[in-house]
Amino acid sequence: MRTVSALAGVVIKELYRRKDFYVLFVLTLLITVLMWSMNFFNDKSIAGYLKEGSLWLIWISALVIAIVTTARQIPAERENRTIFPLLAKPVTRNQVVLGKFGGCWIATGIALLVFYLFFTIVAGTRENQWPIVSYLQALWLQWMMLAIVIALALLGSIVFAAPSSNSTICFVVVLGILLLGGHLDQVALRQPEPLRSVVYALYFLMPHLEWYDVRQFVFFEQGLVPWTACALATLYAALYSAMLLLATWLVFRRKALNL
Amino acid sequence: MHAIVELRNLRVEYRAPSAPDGKKVAVKDLNLQVRAGEVFGFLGPNGAGKTTTMNVLLGFVNATSGDAFLFDVNVREPIARQRIGYLPELTYYYKFLTAEEILRFYAKIFGIQRTVAEQRIDKLLKLVELESARKRPLKTYSKGMQQRVGLAQALINDPDLLILDEPTSGLDPLGRMKVRSIIQRLKNEGKTVFFSSHELGEVETICDRVAIINQGELKVEGSVAELVAKHQANLEQIFLNFIGYQPELAA
Repeated sequence: MRTVSALAGVVIKELYRRKDFYVLFVLTLLITVLMWSMNFFNDKSIAGYLKEGSLWLIWISALVIAIVTTARQIPAERENRTIFPLLAKPVTRNQVVLGKFGGCWIATGIALLVFYLFFTIVAGTRENQWPIVSYLQALWLQWMMLAIVIALALLGSIVFAAPSSNSTICFVVVLGILLLGGHLDQVALRQPEPLRSVVYALYFLMPHLEWYDVRQFVFFEQGLVPWTACALATLYAALYSAMLLLATWLVFRRKALNL
Repeated sequence: MHAIVELRNLRVEYRAPSAPDGKKVAVKDLNLQVRAGEVFGFLGPNGAGKTTTMNVLLGFVNATSGDAFLFDVNVREPIARQRIGYLPELTYYYKFLTAEEILRFYAKIFGIQRTVAEQRIDKLLKLVELESARKRPLKTYSKGMQQRVGLAQALINDPDLLILDEPTSGLDPLGRMKVRSIIQRLKNEGKTVFFSSHELGEVETICDRVAIINQGELKVEGSVAELVAKHQANLEQIFLNFIGYQPELAA
């Protein structure tokens, strides 16, 4: 555990010492402030749409941080050859995978926390409402979803040599699941066999990231997500992440260390 | 004397589509022992199989057949690396960390207590003369300074065995002298040092025993004094002879 936490610590240090993270962060905050400072025809219901816009920005920014940070971790270790002095210590490849995952997930969680804190302050001062528990639920579920995304990007970083191609493929897959994942079963119904079975299999095999998108609960104030659903979603994310990390380790343990 | 490093019929083959049988033999049934407390020079021309052998010892590459042991533990077990320190030929460390941060990171990996680690970091930074630069990120260091950080990280766990891959490669004469004096000091402390080098004069000065390999095969092994007496030549001439270099043909 100490090896995994030491490795995770290095990932977190790297993130906050890099400039690109701050550029994205300031950009997101700036757009959010600009959106909330505008007044659209004195329409009070506009607040819901402003929340939607802000949360959409937070989702995109968190995805960028999670995927880009994760995609470069192991390729950078191999390219800069820092993996050699590391594995010359009593460190297994399994621990490297877990440390990288833990570091990226915690770092993304910290970034997410800052984003939501800012969102809460901006939305609260404008609306005079503080639905903290609802925001915490949204944050938690988004963080759980990001665990699956990070595990997926980590697997991609072993399979694809270049971090840029891995990042692009991960973005396409994640956005595809978020936009179409929930409708795939209905699409399957309209297909002839054997395509129907193939689409159904895909529907049941893919990680349903869209389940974690509870923005509607937040911006239309629909109350809280049932706690049982939250717990089940957390369990689902843990299982899916574990499966992806296992696959990452299985590929990585046979991989040559040189690029 | 007890063997700290032991290679038994070690064979490493790589896939090589261009080779007639589709494989390249990097190390051919190598048998070698490094005893406790000695400085052992591992010599050979480029491509001889030195780095591959070291890679097996460090667990980076799996042997095709045969076995390698560190402290009687098979190198396939990560715990075999608990008592070793490794210095790669070139410096490969996280450039965004400072010298003390990288040493703290490796100390944590070895499970060294925080107070002990801090004392050891102070001692090592003093040993490698980097106290004044300890809070600067590694990306601002010169090559010699980075190599000395490498030496400090290799010593953070107070290892009983040091594996050094061409430790003085690319250093200026002053840097070489410093690294050499550190190796000498470690030898006096009773540490075992296994290192590869192309600097035969340096090897002759500090090594107790040497092994020369060529094309993956062990050509000769023995103490420097024995080899020099037996062949009536200096180490460089012995080396050139065993790797099959013929000056008249080269001329």
